[in-house]
Amino acid sequence: MSAITSRPVRPRTGLLLLLAALVASVAAYAMVGLGLRGRVPRDIVVYSLTLGGAYLLAWGAVRWTAPRADPVLLPIAGMLGGLGLAMIYRLLPADVANAQAVWLLIGLVAFVLTLMLVRDDRQLDAYTYTIGLLGLILLLLPVVPGVGFEVNGARLWAHVGPLAFQPAEFGKILIVIFLASYLSAKRELLEAGVGRLGLPRAKDLGPLLLAWGASLAVLFLERDLGASMLFFGVFVVMIWIASGRVAYLVTGGILFAAGGVIGYLALDHVQDRVAYWLHALEPATVHQVGYGQLAQSWFALASGGLVGTGLGRGSPDLIPYPASDFILSAFGEELGMLGTAAILLLFVGLIGRGLRIALDREDAFGRLLATGLTTTIALQTFTIAAGVTRLIPLTGVPLPLVSYGGSSRVATLVMIGLLVRISAGPWQPARRGSG
Amino acid sequence: MERRIRRLGIALVLLFAVLFGQLAYVQVFAADDIKNHPANFSRQLIAEYNVQRGKILTADGLVLAESVPAPKGSRYRFERRYPQGDLYGYITGFYSRIYGRSALEQSMNPYLSGEASELALSTFSDLFLGRQKRGGNIFVTVDPNLQEVARTALGANKGAVVAMDPQTGDILALYSTPGFDPSELSSGSDAEMRRAWKRLNADPTKPLLALSHQELFLPGSSFKIVTASAGLENGFGPESRWPNPHRLTLPLTNEQLQNFGDEHCNGGSSQITLIQAFEESCNVTFAEVGLRLGAERFAAQARAYGLCDTLPPERTTCDGPLISFELPFQNGRFPDPAYFERNDPLLAFSAIGLDNDLVNPLQMALIASAVANGGVMPQPRIVSEVRDSQGRVAREFGVRSVRRAISASTAATLTQMMIAVVNNGTGYRAAIPGIQVAGKTGTATNGEGRAPNAWFTAFAPAQNPQIAVSVIVLDGGNLGSEATGGQVAAPIVRSVIEAYLR
Repeated sequence: MSAITSRPVRPRTGLLLLLAALVASVAAYAMVGLGLRGRVPRDIVVYSLTLGGAYLLAWGAVRWTAPRADPVLLPIAGMLGGLGLAMIYRLLPADVANAQAVWLLIGLVAFVLTLMLVRDDRQLDAYTYTIGLLGLILLLLPVVPGVGFEVNGARLWAHVGPLAFQPAEFGKILIVIFLASYLSAKRELLEAGVGRLGLPRAKDLGPLLLAWGASLAVLFLERDLGASMLFFGVFVVMIWIASGRVAYLVTGGILFAAGGVIGYLALDHVQDRVAYWLHALEPATVHQVGYGQLAQSWFALASGGLVGTGLGRGSPDLIPYPASDFILSAFGEELGMLGTAAILLLFVGLIGRGLRIALDREDAFGRLLATGLTTTIALQTFTIAAGVTRLIPLTGVPLPLVSYGGSSRVATLVMIGLLVRISAGPWQPARRGSG
Repeated sequence: MERRIRRLGIALVLLFAVLFGQLAYVQVFAADDIKNHPANFSRQLIAEYNVQRGKILTADGLVLAESVPAPKGSRYRFERRYPQGDLYGYITGFYSRIYGRSALEQSMNPYLSGEASELALSTFSDLFLGRQKRGGNIFVTVDPNLQEVARTALGANKGAVVAMDPQTGDILALYSTPGFDPSELSSGSDAEMRRAWKRLNADPTKPLLALSHQELFLPGSSFKIVTASAGLENGFGPESRWPNPHRLTLPLTNEQLQNFGDEHCNGGSSQITLIQAFEESCNVTFAEVGLRLGAERFAAQARAYGLCDTLPPERTTCDGPLISFELPFQNGRFPDPAYFERNDPLLAFSAIGLDNDLVNPLQMALIASAVANGGVMPQPRIVSEVRDSQGRVAREFGVRSVRRAISASTAATLTQMMIAVVNNGTGYRAAIPGIQVAGKTGTATNGEGRAPNAWFTAFAPAQNPQIAVSVIVLDGGNLGSEATGGQVAAPIVRSVIEAYLR
């Protein structure tokens, strides 16, 4: 247990928080029914029992496999997932929303499986390159002819047998594990690897350039600006954390900017994104698709005001794709700025816990892995939230745990599972009872 | 590494702080500006449709327009209904989430929506007592029985009826056909509204425009009321004698102006009095009157009756209505004197209601009202008052007059002349036993190959006028090219007056 600082174990705190998350989720579902149809949904009991059962099973699994785990992660994830699901029921037809509920349950199963299979996160440190290669394959799988296919102009999807999913969602987890493993092993080298000008030596720039190339490949081959930016951003943060060299941050920033310029000059859809962002509300463009989408997002947010219209009482369905990219704007309209801020604060809490877990570890791999996973969630959340509020150009990534989308939901819950595992230390079922 | 993780934490929190700042900007500080962006019309409409809009009613409570809860599953809380169908279409207008508002729905919108300051007390108390905000109710002056009579009397004809109280200007009936049912544009699905809009706009009879007050026509002999007024005001008495040829060769031309049907007035005598010429509607005599008056004096009289001046062909529209009205009113028109400088003989045609004289039944009813009202033209009024949702009067619309159009003595003389038209002349079909009707016929050419438009404009009882009516029947009605105002329009006026006074 050397890697784990001792922490008072408070299982009841976790349970109480999880019950609070459950109550909030079910209440949101009930309010959606009241707001839309003037009555509590008929299946509210089944709904609460299913969701409650799943949450309690997940909690039980944590108690069993990771008794010393951080008590806050699962409740936050449960709350975000439950609120997101209620909004999906509000925005989409019942059968589509039901499928998302099933995906949430699958995600919770994946969370439990993660905890059970990864008994000790340090196991993951042993297969650095295998995991890295697997991650890269998943990342680029949609490009493979016959496997990958395009939806809405981005080539993010792959089908394996009857199952269609976004492999990059899972690929990025493996990449983060690979980076944590690789960077913790090469740490000393990277720390020392600085030339006369404080810049990394050419041969130490290799990994940075490789990651840059991979990001550009994602951008050019899959036309997925969001994933590309996210991937490179996480990489730069992790190499900086591992090496302690600001030079990596600076070089990374320069490469990021260069990639942006190249992407902008070479790709129409990147230029479009910037134009939508800058000119969303101009009379000449406001009725065109890309611009109008952002304009509608602003209209939804503005009409929500401070306290919102109430769930089911606004018109977020006027925004194209309200349940995926723009789900935060839907919350903004119906729960107001206070509700939106509360959801974002849940993410801030999640990020805070994630970094706390990193700090509580003393081994470089655990720290880097927790930091990497947390940064992934943080940057993804920021990218989409800042996109729909027009702080930055919109790049379509899901709001973790909240947005419509099975792959993202399951992948994020796997990441939460890993964070729980990192916080709890190894599971030693065989020696349970012997102390 | 520990220090860097903490720094990362700070950086991420700062990133989110910027996000919170942006949220506060969009959702609170700039929210009103963003919400009012024209492209946000869908949400603005939804907000508008969440308020129960006020009703439009007649004085005795007949509902012309009301907002009822929308069917389940609608995006909007209320939808607009017009229980009377097309009967009051031009009065209420439509209230469409796609095509906006028209008529009273437009001009009374601040009251109907509850936004007007006069309703502030009511909406505030609604808010205070936790009641749903409701708009004010609009009461119109229209007499529902008379409106029905107008429709029945017009029958299958294309045309319009306007009846008003000549003293107050209160509109008693305002009906025009072919019309439209405002429900078609105000409720139902977007697709249904779009279909109705397309059909109504493609219809060559232009059902979205009221013949009664939104379109303009040549008045024909009806305009002799104006010509006679100018004559009387300028010293040509009813017994003044005029040469009586059956054709008049116009000055400076070889063109001839003839009487209706090329007949010879006053049994072919060489002279005719003004009142006789009015009674028989002699074109030749009135052309002489017009020419004798000259453009200045004639145009001044037209202006006094509220007609705006035009200078065809360059300028054919009014700068703004000279007579204000709650419905979109096309003011009558008469050319500026400068127009006749270039072409003097046209004065002869203007004197008999042709060339560029343009009016509609509302304008003619106003002219008749001025005569009936001792020379003072009342301002037309169709809304009498607004009441809040609790029934308290929030705003009253008083009676006003536009201006004095003719002197009291001219009005008295003209009344005698109009009585003569009904008692002995072309308007005999408007006579009602026991009620003295005063009126004037009109038959206006409608262009080559089309039957003429038939007019009749009247008021009654002549000595104590309570109603002024003007009727136009397009294309001669069922009599076609043989039609005259006396044959086709006078009986309709008679039915309306009879229904009102009996």
